[in-house]
Amino acid sequence: MALLRVDNMTHYFGGLRAVHNYNLVLEPGHIVGLIGPNGAGKTTIFNLISGIHTPTEGNIELDGHNLIGHHPHEIASMGLGRTFQNLLLWRHMTVLEHVKMACYSQLEYGIWGAFFGSRLRRQEEKRLTAKAMHLLETFDVAGFRSQLAVSLPYGAQRRVEMARAMAINPKVLFLDEPTAGMTPDELNRMISIIRKIHTDFDVAIFLIEHRLKFVMELCERIQTLVFGEVIAEGTPAEIKNNPQVIEAYLGKEDIH
Amino acid sequence: MDNQDPKFQLSTKGSRARLLDFVAPIPLIGWLLGILAAVLVEYFLGDYISYYLGLPKIPVLFGFLTVLKKPLLIPGTMGYMILVYGLPILIIVKSLQKPANKLAAFLDKRRVTVAALVHLALFYGALHLWADISDYRLLVIKLAMIAIMLTLSINVINGYMGEFSCSHPGFMALGAYTASTITLFFFANDKLFGEALLPEALGFYFFPLALIAGGIVAAIGALVIAIPSFRTRGDYLAIISLAFLFIVKSLIENLEFVGGPRGMSSQPDYSNLPMVFTVMVLCIWIINNFVRSTMGKALNAIRDNELAAEAMTVNTRKTKIITFMFAAFWAGVAGGLFAHVLRYVNPGSFGIQRLAEILAMVYFGGLNSVTGSIVGALSINILSEALRPLEIYKWIIIPLLLIVVMLVRPTGLIAFTEFKPKELMKPKQNKVEV
Repeated sequence: MALLRVDNMTHYFGGLRAVHNYNLVLEPGHIVGLIGPNGAGKTTIFNLISGIHTPTEGNIELDGHNLIGHHPHEIASMGLGRTFQNLLLWRHMTVLEHVKMACYSQLEYGIWGAFFGSRLRRQEEKRLTAKAMHLLETFDVAGFRSQLAVSLPYGAQRRVEMARAMAINPKVLFLDEPTAGMTPDELNRMISIIRKIHTDFDVAIFLIEHRLKFVMELCERIQTLVFGEVIAEGTPAEIKNNPQVIEAYLGKEDIH
Repeated sequence: MDNQDPKFQLSTKGSRARLLDFVAPIPLIGWLLGILAAVLVEYFLGDYISYYLGLPKIPVLFGFLTVLKKPLLIPGTMGYMILVYGLPILIIVKSLQKPANKLAAFLDKRRVTVAALVHLALFYGALHLWADISDYRLLVIKLAMIAIMLTLSINVINGYMGEFSCSHPGFMALGAYTASTITLFFFANDKLFGEALLPEALGFYFFPLALIAGGIVAAIGALVIAIPSFRTRGDYLAIISLAFLFIVKSLIENLEFVGGPRGMSSQPDYSNLPMVFTVMVLCIWIINNFVRSTMGKALNAIRDNELAAEAMTVNTRKTKIITFMFAAFWAGVAGGLFAHVLRYVNPGSFGIQRLAEILAMVYFGGLNSVTGSIVGALSINILSEALRPLEIYKWIIIPLLLIVVMLVRPTGLIAFTEFKPKELMKPKQNKVEV
């Protein structure tokens, strides 16, 4: 059974059709990539699935639960972690606080525990700190634990955001351009990190990317989106040689 | 080897560094003991000292009032300050440095609650003796403590959560009127409600319940604001909460059974110093607990980026509503205390001017900071009392000060810090010889 399943999703922003008849089947443990030119609607698809927008038509199921009409925080607690294209970090919070914050829905001490500092709260906070530290070590940012996240170097900020997304115990991880603005060195590091979380945490990954090298290397399947419609879907090799994809990316060839 | 001239070495150390060297090894409990000593000196010898220095009576608010009224008394007042506060504090603090550090180390190993209670007991002792000198001091210190509660609770909304609420005096009014109605109705013979229904002796024990009832009514008022205004982000809360403030005020003005515009008077004198102090400590403790927990940190996440908070499983709407009600609860409790300190309330005291005062305290002290709120409330409150002889010019000096602070430190004096009681009470000397 598919972990995440999107059927015939269509979305309009006013009169603009942003996404048309989009379908996705994400099996457990798979990595699927979504590529396409700027403005094709890739991030809109992420926002639709994670509940920030509600699709005009269509159906979304995560692990058998229908996601339509749920708030983003409910969808996130069901096991959908995500990062953002333009790094939505919290300005006044430290790295450790970022990761602990994402455990919000796992807190059991409740509002009264927070007010009166119950014993359960102390135990829970300790447990979350340990969990967060473990994640920070996995993403190689443990040394920054008590610094403000926004003061970190760019690559480290990306990794903090991914650690934060992993803290919600996701079944599916959405990565919105994880390598945007990175140097080739950082790119290779990011590939190995994604491989590592894929195997260590047994999580299915759905990612948006511009760099074909990155997508080709990581993904088992790739969708190509142009003007809100999927024009091609298949293995990296198939996508690489698909004339429609080449046309969308490079324009028509007139020679020969 | 370091063969520098000792004189040169001395001169490189600025007066500030030397002051820090002097202050650094003294733990909080040492300061509290010093203050207690100074207050004891004043309590037993204050009258003689002020008499021999040519002062008419003990200077009530650190001499500000005396000096501003009669400039000729400046030398006498300064002498009094040095003799009664300066010297005893310095002597005790320095001579008890070692035992104080030992005591702090001993308390550090106990639970935080125990250590905090010891510190608070010492502090309360000093405060009680200090306030015993005159009724005016007592009133000022009670109002300052109520101001701390108001500032801290509005800081939760305006600072930690980053919304802009204007309805704090409204919540205060709801709390003040609810608590007053309960105490007057049950425990006092007065013009509005007639004979007391229950024995008056019980009143003081039921007073906390009246305060809580006031807080709950204020929290319900907050819910009424929160439901429409937290649907979207933006300036809606500021506008709706301002409207709420005016609605509450004119509602009370038109309710005859609570006295209408004439207000309510002759509340029993339940807000004594221990009561106000205890409630304030509870308020600080609970709010500080909340904002330091991961659940409370959700407020910061909502303020800094609501979308990210929502995507990281934070139920933003529920968090905002609960927090708003929580802050309103404390404003209501503070209002209840306020009514029983002045033993008179009228709708006029919960208007836009009170709002300006509360906002000034919170922005002066510092956003997102418990310490900042305490400092802001105390300094603005004491300052506005101390500058009272300047009459109307007071309202030029205090806003000017506020403008200067806003220019130098746009988020307030002590902003974005965490109040950690355990750190505060730690011994300050690493090596304590046993």
